[in-house]
Amino acid sequence: MPTQDYILEMHHISKSFPGVKALDGVTLRVRPGTVHALMGENGAGKSTLMKCLFGIYSLDEGEVIFDGKKVCFSSVRDAIQSGISMIHQELYPQIYLSVMENIWVGRLPVKYGVVDYKKMYADTAALLRELEINIDPKTVVGSLSVSQMQCVEIARAVSFHSKVIIMDEPTSSLTGNEVEHLFHIISKLRSQGIAFIYISHRIDEILRIADNVSIMRDGFLVGEWNAKEITNDFIISSMVGRKMDQLFPKRNNHPGEVVLELEHFTSPVSNCFRDISLTLRKGEILGIGGLVGAQRTELIEAIFGIRKSTGTIRINGREVHIPSPIQAKRHRMALLTEDRRRSGIFGLLSVSENMAIANYKSYIGLLGALNYKHIQSDAQQGVKKLKIKTPSLKTMIKNLSGGNQQKVLFARWLLTEPEILLLDEPTRGIDVGAKYEIYCIIAELAEQGKSIIMITSEMTELIGMADRVVVMCEGRLTGELTNEHINETEIMRLSSDFSSKLENVCGRDIPEVEK
Amino acid sequence: MKSKINHISSLVTQNVMFVVLIVLVVVIAVLQPTFLSLRVLNDLLLQNSTRLIIACGMSFILIGGGVDLGAGRAVGISAVIVASMSQSILYPRLFYPNLPELPIIVPILIAVLACTVIGVINGILISKLNIPPFIATLGTQVAVYGLNSLYFDMPPNTSQPIGGIRDDLTFLGSGHLGFVPVVILIAILVIAVCWFILKMTRFGRNIYAIGGNKEAAVVSGIDVQKTTIAIYAIGSALFGLAGVLECARSGGATNNYGNMYEFDAIAACVVGGVSNTGGVGKIPGMIAGVFIFGIINYGLTFVGVSPYWQLVVKGIIIVTAVGLDVRKYKKEK
Repeated sequence: MPTQDYILEMHHISKSFPGVKALDGVTLRVRPGTVHALMGENGAGKSTLMKCLFGIYSLDEGEVIFDGKKVCFSSVRDAIQSGISMIHQELYPQIYLSVMENIWVGRLPVKYGVVDYKKMYADTAALLRELEINIDPKTVVGSLSVSQMQCVEIARAVSFHSKVIIMDEPTSSLTGNEVEHLFHIISKLRSQGIAFIYISHRIDEILRIADNVSIMRDGFLVGEWNAKEITNDFIISSMVGRKMDQLFPKRNNHPGEVVLELEHFTSPVSNCFRDISLTLRKGEILGIGGLVGAQRTELIEAIFGIRKSTGTIRINGREVHIPSPIQAKRHRMALLTEDRRRSGIFGLLSVSENMAIANYKSYIGLLGALNYKHIQSDAQQGVKKLKIKTPSLKTMIKNLSGGNQQKVLFARWLLTEPEILLLDEPTRGIDVGAKYEIYCIIAELAEQGKSIIMITSEMTELIGMADRVVVMCEGRLTGELTNEHINETEIMRLSSDFSSKLENVCGRDIPEVEK
Repeated sequence: MKSKINHISSLVTQNVMFVVLIVLVVVIAVLQPTFLSLRVLNDLLLQNSTRLIIACGMSFILIGGGVDLGAGRAVGISAVIVASMSQSILYPRLFYPNLPELPIIVPILIAVLACTVIGVINGILISKLNIPPFIATLGTQVAVYGLNSLYFDMPPNTSQPIGGIRDDLTFLGSGHLGFVPVVILIAILVIAVCWFILKMTRFGRNIYAIGGNKEAAVVSGIDVQKTTIAIYAIGSALFGLAGVLECARSGGATNNYGNMYEFDAIAACVVGGVSNTGGVGKIPGMIAGVFIFGIINYGLTFVGVSPYWQLVVKGIIIVTAVGLDVRKYKKEK
């Protein structure tokens, strides 16, 4: 028998979706007892690759060899039982059940037909002790911190005798100490021969924990390196090193006086955004860059009054208090949320209702009845102005393409005549052609003197659209870039400006909040 | 000191239903000290034994993330079936004039089995055809009432109340073993078995997992479909048993037996800390919930409060208890 070099091999994996080649001949090979980092920008194909591994997507080409045998998992469950576990960025535990039941659910130990709580407790305690996780197996999972939940998930993966554990952005919501603990556990399991695929954006962490680094870009594998042989800058240039292949409209906006001002804007929730001070000018497009988990969404939702905050907001120089979206609307603000389906569209309502819904009060006519004629004519105008492609105004909005849905949402907020627009990932899930049209809308609004804050995780978009860029990392503003300084390397550097600074700022351990 | 207060306050929010129950008993006992007597306890247990059994069935279903709006109609059809087959042959108006006296266990089993079938149908509609529980059981509930009425209307009975129930069946409803009423013993037995299943068996723990997070339960390797069907089957079987006891207690049945019982059961469960969205709930809490309403009915009458006021108090308690309960799992935004 040949000695087994790799525990997991994915050979020449390709996967296409209508119009996009998401993966193009990607090869990833993982040795037992190593941590293999998988890096790339959002949309580079990392999660598609993992979904192919777990059988959530079928492969167009290529094969997966696990533990020396060709495999083809039919489901996540199938993979877990074979020895590959994934710990998701967003954990899905049974929050009402205890730690031990979360670990053993689906295969609870049974004696004489009765759940053997003693054995379950003993096994769990032994497992947690071995991993040096200090949690009582009887604790209800809902009362744990995110990092503790993550530890429980790791323990669960170990309990399945997993040979490969995949971690997707495991540190995105952890504090410095918690990251140390996680790394300690990973090192320990690595020395026992378990392999990790570690998906992360955080270069400093990767360089510390990983043995090998694979970098993906646009569905290709750029290459694989030994982590000791590469540097921070090398990784960044490999991740972003591509030509700008998207065109942006020419902008003729002229930023004027300051309209919105934040001072020491801080969330009362721990590990959220803190001490944010920034300004927004009339007719300016301000981009907010950063990684997933940088708390950008939380920040603008707080500006819009959806989340609580402390600190000062000034609009046109006057201090204002915005406890809810109702007040935000009164101050002529509009918010396009990140998750269009969940908090944007009303899928079962018509296009025209979706447009009018934030502005019903201006359509109230005789006896409080809505003036549908007025709504129709406004909707008709919106469709024309924003070039929305829809069979009719009565069409249910869920039947439109993502780009057209987004345009309807723009139209909705434009009817409220906003002065400040907060756009959270305005082109997410929209195809390239429609993206350009969205960019045109944004550019034109700025030209008309509207002030725009735009969050985007796409580098090119940030560089191509913003007059000025601020970058967030772990809830803090790490820098501001203007003019020629807006480039990928700088944004990337500020985006991953992590714990070293954090610890300097705090200068102390962040205590666990016990309740 | 502060942590002690925190501890106590969390203990209170964790066990709202017991606090409410104790407060109720104390208030009524102060107003009318004779309330604290064995006779009152006996009456309370008697009145609430079938409710406890129905609430047990409902607990399974609610914890599993569902609901059953057909509980009352299942009680009704079970009562009519068992009554129709266990009349004394000396009774002048027989449902089945030519039916010999069956061993009493036969009609009971037929009635409970009929309800179990209803539960299996509900389970299949919900887990295989993905019909929301609210709608599925609303539909079957109406159909079951229709079937029950058709059966009840068959000649020679033609919609007359069924009476003349044999003594060996009424013994279950009003007899005593020693000095303890049989119906109370049955309720205690059912409660013990349900507690055991929910707390001690793998099947029981899987119910919590399914109600708490169905997707995660699927990934964890739980057979969600089978378990869901079993949940509704068990629930309906218990409703059927309650129907048998209702018939035994009253010595007869009509097709309107059990009407609206599901709302009492759901109210008792949610007040007792069983989550109406699934995944949470314990049998002792549910028992407290049943007795809170039992004591409102009995105790407030005992101290002379108008029955209409009792309804108002009931409504307030439902909303308050659940309002407090929601706080337990609330997360800061």
